[in-house]
Amino acid sequence: MSDNDFPYPLMARALILGDRETVGRMTREGLDQGLDPKAIIFKGLIPGMDVVGEKFRRNEYYVPQVLLSARAMYAGLDLLKPLITASATSGYLGTVVIGTAQGDLHDIGKNLVAMMLEGAGFKVFNLGRDVAPETFVQAVREHHATIVGISALMTTTMPAMKRTIDALAAAGFRDRVRVMVGGAPVTQAFADEIGADGYAKDSTLAVVKAKELAGAAAPARP
Amino acid sequence: MPGRGWELIRRVQAEPLVFDGGYGTMLFAAGLVDGACPELWNDTRPDIVRGIHRAYFEAGSDFVETNTFGGTRLKLDAYKLGDRTRELNEKGVRLAREVCPPGGYVAGSIGPTSHIVEPYGDVTEAELFENFREQAEALAEGGVDLFAVETMMYPEEALAAIRACKAVTDLPVMTTMFFQYEELHDRDRTMWGESPPEVAQKLLAGGADVVGMNCGRGPDRAIVIIREMRAVTPVALIAYPNAGLPITRGGRVTYELGPEEMVRDYPGLLDAGANIVGACCGSTPEHIRRIAEVVRARRGR
Ligand code: B1M
Repeated sequence: MSDNDFPYPLMARALILGDRETVGRMTREGLDQGLDPKAIIFKGLIPGMDVVGEKFRRNEYYVPQVLLSARAMYAGLDLLKPLITASATSGYLGTVVIGTAQGDLHDIGKNLVAMMLEGAGFKVFNLGRDVAPETFVQAVREHHATIVGISALMTTTMPAMKRTIDALAAAGFRDRVRVMVGGAPVTQAFADEIGADGYAKDSTLAVVKAKELAGAAAPARP
Repeated sequence: MPGRGWELIRRVQAEPLVFDGGYGTMLFAAGLVDGACPELWNDTRPDIVRGIHRAYFEAGSDFVETNTFGGTRLKLDAYKLGDRTRELNEKGVRLAREVCPPGGYVAGSIGPTSHIVEPYGDVTEAELFENFREQAEALAEGGVDLFAVETMMYPEEALAAIRACKAVTDLPVMTTMFFQYEELHDRDRTMWGESPPEVAQKLLAGGADVVGMNCGRGPDRAIVIIREMRAVTPVALIAYPNAGLPITRGGRVTYELGPEEMVRDYPGLLDAGANIVGACCGSTPEHIRRIAEVVRARRGR
């Protein structure tokens, strides 16, 4: 079966329903048929997750449904991730350290962004939630990151994004890394105000933005 | 004299009562920095915590809550303070007790763990229960009159907390949940999708003695939520909303509503059926002073 015949919409639908068995099975079937792992991600998983996001925004889905769909997405992604990194001939697109701003415990959206960046071919270090500015700095140093991703879901934790950028500058990393911010209350205007290099509204755009920033970033040291 | 929670529950049948206002706002103003543990101040800055309780009592609160919102082991572990769970909760109660006037009461605050229960998240219901049981026991031993299980995001967690409180003492339990306003549908729902009447019924079935809302948005939404709950239950209802929405400007967070603007909705909130009113994030003793004026005027009627 060729890529054109693969039932991607069925796969997306299973993901939307949070059916991780089906997503996992179809991922294996796709791989058996020789499909490109990236095609499975971008034609099956991501369109499904986009619908989930839209349903959530329309209050048709609530948190439990989003979490079940995210789990279903992992069922596919976990199989695909090793293949993407192995097949990457030109190496990673860049090294990302990503985390939720200090004081903020929301990580669902940030994890989706991290998954998609991995899927797209970035090396991603996910620092988790409630990440202190110093922890971001430490991770940049340790992993020679080229991109720092900060997520915040509360207006009350947005100031911590600025403190993180300030800490990166104080550590002398500001020229070496590009900072991308996101999360529901964050806007392009806020990103500009705090001196971030990029903002993305959702995880699909986060991939686009990260690629753009990777092009602009200084090359990672080996 | 601790343990007088049932007296409060009887009083509230006859007249409206005033709860307190925000703690985060006051602690940050006193120098708590981001990333620091607020409950640790029960040990290291007792003067400040006590001062906040006193300010609320002086402003007209009939009862205040302890500075133990994040006092579960799961929460304290994030600061590597899990081993001090009992101590920080007990100390928290003592600080409120020390400034509680005769006729006043102290509610032991129990907030969410910020973990989600299986199968969606990473904790089991048994773990949640055990966390709340440990905290409730420490609060009871410290000498609270009742419990304020508050800002709960999803019903399983609230129910686990209620069960835990009831397992360690027979003190009354107030339980409030966090609602978000869905602009698209002009309605209020929990983050798990329940409506105010569903929440009231679930929490009461779970053993809560007073139910209601806190945090969330401002008093305008509290009115709607309380009215909807009132339609399905005769029990005492409580509302302590935020001082409107938070506003971030230049790295600082403030809230929309000053005391003057916020209090305008309180007659409406009492009319909707609230028996206990207070305020949450962004509010100060001055907010409570204005709210208490409204409540006292009602009592005179
Ligand atoms: C690096 O570059 C990038 C680029 C793009 C990026 C990016 C980074 N990060 C995200 N994106 C973008 O891509 C993602 C995918 O498209 C998107 O990510 P999102 O994260 O936006 O979208 C996710 C896929 C789904 N969205 C979410 O996961 C958030 C959903 C809501 C319902 C939510 C949840 C789930 C939770 N919560 Co909370 N919670 C709410 C949220 C209300 C809502 N309806 O949105 C919100 C965010 N919560 C709020 C609050 C107040 C709270 N919550 C709290 C707790 C929780 C739970 C733990 C129960 C849970 C989080 C579980 C978890 N592990 O993440 C508490 C805070 C804990 C803390 N210190 O952080 C608590 C304070 C409640 C309490 N009293 O305890 C509100 C914040 C208000 C404010 N001040 O701004 C809130 C808006 C609800 C509301 N309507 O008022 C984009 O934004």
